Amino acid sequence: MAIITQDPQPAVAHVPATPRRRRLRLPRAPKLVLGVSIASAVVLFGVVGPYLVGNPSSVRDVGLAGPTSEFILGTTQTGQDVFAQLAHATRGSLTIGLVVGALTLVLSAFFGIVGAFAGGWLDETFSLISNVMLVIPGLPLVIVISSYIPEKSIWLIAAVLALTGWAGSARVLRGFTLSLRNRDYVLAARVSGERSWRILSVEILPNLIPLLASQVVFAIIFAILGEAGLSFLGLGASGSFTWGTMLFYAQNGLALRLGAWWWFIPPGLLLALFGAALSLINFSIDEIINPKLRAQTRSDRKKWSMSRAQLKDAAEVTV
Amino acid sequence: MRYFVQKLGFYAVALWAALTLNFFIPRLMPGNPVDIMVSKLAAKGPVTEATRDAIAAMLGTDTEASLWQQYGDYVSAIVHGNLGTSVAYFPASVGQIIDQTLPWTVGLIGLSTVISFLIGVGLGTFAGWKRGSWVDNLIPFTTMLQSVPYFWLALLLLFCFGSIWQVFPLNGGYDVYTFPGVEASWGFTKSVLYHGALPALTIVISSIGGWMLGMRNMMVSTLSEDYILTAEAKGLRPARIRFAYAARNAVLPSISGFAISLGFVVAGSIVTEAVFSYPGIGSALLMAVNSNDYALMQGIFLVITLAVLGANLLVDLLYGFIDPRTRARS
Repeated sequence: MAIITQDPQPAVAHVPATPRRRRLRLPRAPKLVLGVSIASAVVLFGVVGPYLVGNPSSVRDVGLAGPTSEFILGTTQTGQDVFAQLAHATRGSLTIGLVVGALTLVLSAFFGIVGAFAGGWLDETFSLISNVMLVIPGLPLVIVISSYIPEKSIWLIAAVLALTGWAGSARVLRGFTLSLRNRDYVLAARVSGERSWRILSVEILPNLIPLLASQVVFAIIFAILGEAGLSFLGLGASGSFTWGTMLFYAQNGLALRLGAWWWFIPPGLLLALFGAALSLINFSIDEIINPKLRAQTRSDRKKWSMSRAQLKDAAEVTV
Repeated sequence: MRYFVQKLGFYAVALWAALTLNFFIPRLMPGNPVDIMVSKLAAKGPVTEATRDAIAAMLGTDTEASLWQQYGDYVSAIVHGNLGTSVAYFPASVGQIIDQTLPWTVGLIGLSTVISFLIGVGLGTFAGWKRGSWVDNLIPFTTMLQSVPYFWLALLLLFCFGSIWQVFPLNGGYDVYTFPGVEASWGFTKSVLYHGALPALTIVISSIGGWMLGMRNMMVSTLSEDYILTAEAKGLRPARIRFAYAARNAVLPSISGFAISLGFVVAGSIVTEAVFSYPGIGSALLMAVNSNDYALMQGIFLVITLAVLGANLLVDLLYGFIDPRTRARS
């Protein structure tokens, strides 16, 4: 994953020869729509699903049965309903993602924006802390920390993931804030005697919102993937259902060797789908921040060409 | 010169931070590590007072020494390369285990990261140069691959190519039935490559999207710079503009973003190794976790951190070399 600390680009939209208001207002709508709809479908499944399915832990005497009309996604080794587990796992993973996203937002905003805005030794210190946190590999650290704690709640795991994952966002935010800080309008506000906290919250923060949003989305992906990896190693929160724990039990139940694809495919697929949906949302946000990135496909470019009537007009003007 | 000194200084601080974290984590955790281990052991059988004392001695919590003194001892032990004794692989020392496993991981991650970087940056260059081409349309797809967790992809590949079509071996780093141990022969090398193909493929597939996207986006931004227009106006060949003018400048953020990427790749490959039972450091870490081998766990964490810091230092020094501006600025 390469993160690029991009300078804020002046928002110059491509002006097509035939002005299309609709296109300008919703740039690259298909990506955003697709991303939002997949993500909300998964969220809906995680919120509503657990109420509609039975107990995910109840054991039956139909072990490792394939998908049937009774059990849509078959059963595990001990006859638990995979679909019911999936619903609860979705809720668990999303909770982790949400909590870590919020915590990361607070931490990275504090270390990135406040540091860059204040400048001086505070900035130096904060920047050093986040750079050090950035180069220390996160997952091994999380593994070490969580193996020392025998009874882990889902909140603790979220806190550990947030503590090890905020640094990347902080660096991106710092880069952006540094360039905003020296914009003319901020200097004007300073000269006119506005207080620091007002400049920060009224002049600078609104310009950071798209970037903050994309960093939160990134943090959610990171958290869900990190938690899944941790749970897959058997280090997740005790007694919780997440996509990672499902894969852990599937791996330990020899689902792979026994060919029980219905056990290990769905959680990973859902995880990948959700991650992809969030990436799509992130793309759209990036393209809003930096219009240069808007992909132009061949069909898009064809739309820019002038119509026959316009060409005729243009020819008349030049003649 | 100042740039290099600054970088070295930063990595020294990072190294110290990692060492200190490693020292304080067990001491800051709620509860006594001895109690935790005893309670874990008690689940398997009765624990005598002597066992308890032995565990306390092993973890170094039986001393009356002050925290500072312990810290000093810890640092001097690490400087001397003494990382303690492994419980899981008793009586081997942690150093020996790391010696055995590290080359496998460095080979696997190193090779697949380089492959993934080269292919990703190459494809990203083309995607940015020819926007809307088939390579550019590949980007959303590779980004989707990136959000696939490494270990799930590994499971999937293993299921397809190991169980259904038995093309690749299910686990291990080499054919343990043919070769008694590590040896320097052509047959052994072939066996290693054959066993490493699936794990390497997993890492390449999962990490290539990030390089591609980053390079493509920078390429797009770079192509709208004035000096590209000047180069075109001068009538330079497109190939020269693409590589010597655009790609050379666009690749810089990808290189400076190496730190973040490497962290991801290392994290992913730890779990990947667990899936493939690859004889690398990730499997050893997992073994340490499962058998409460704290000395091994901390040793491995330290070595992984050292390796990542070392790789980043190397990349940073290289960066200062290829981008003269960084040296001039500082």
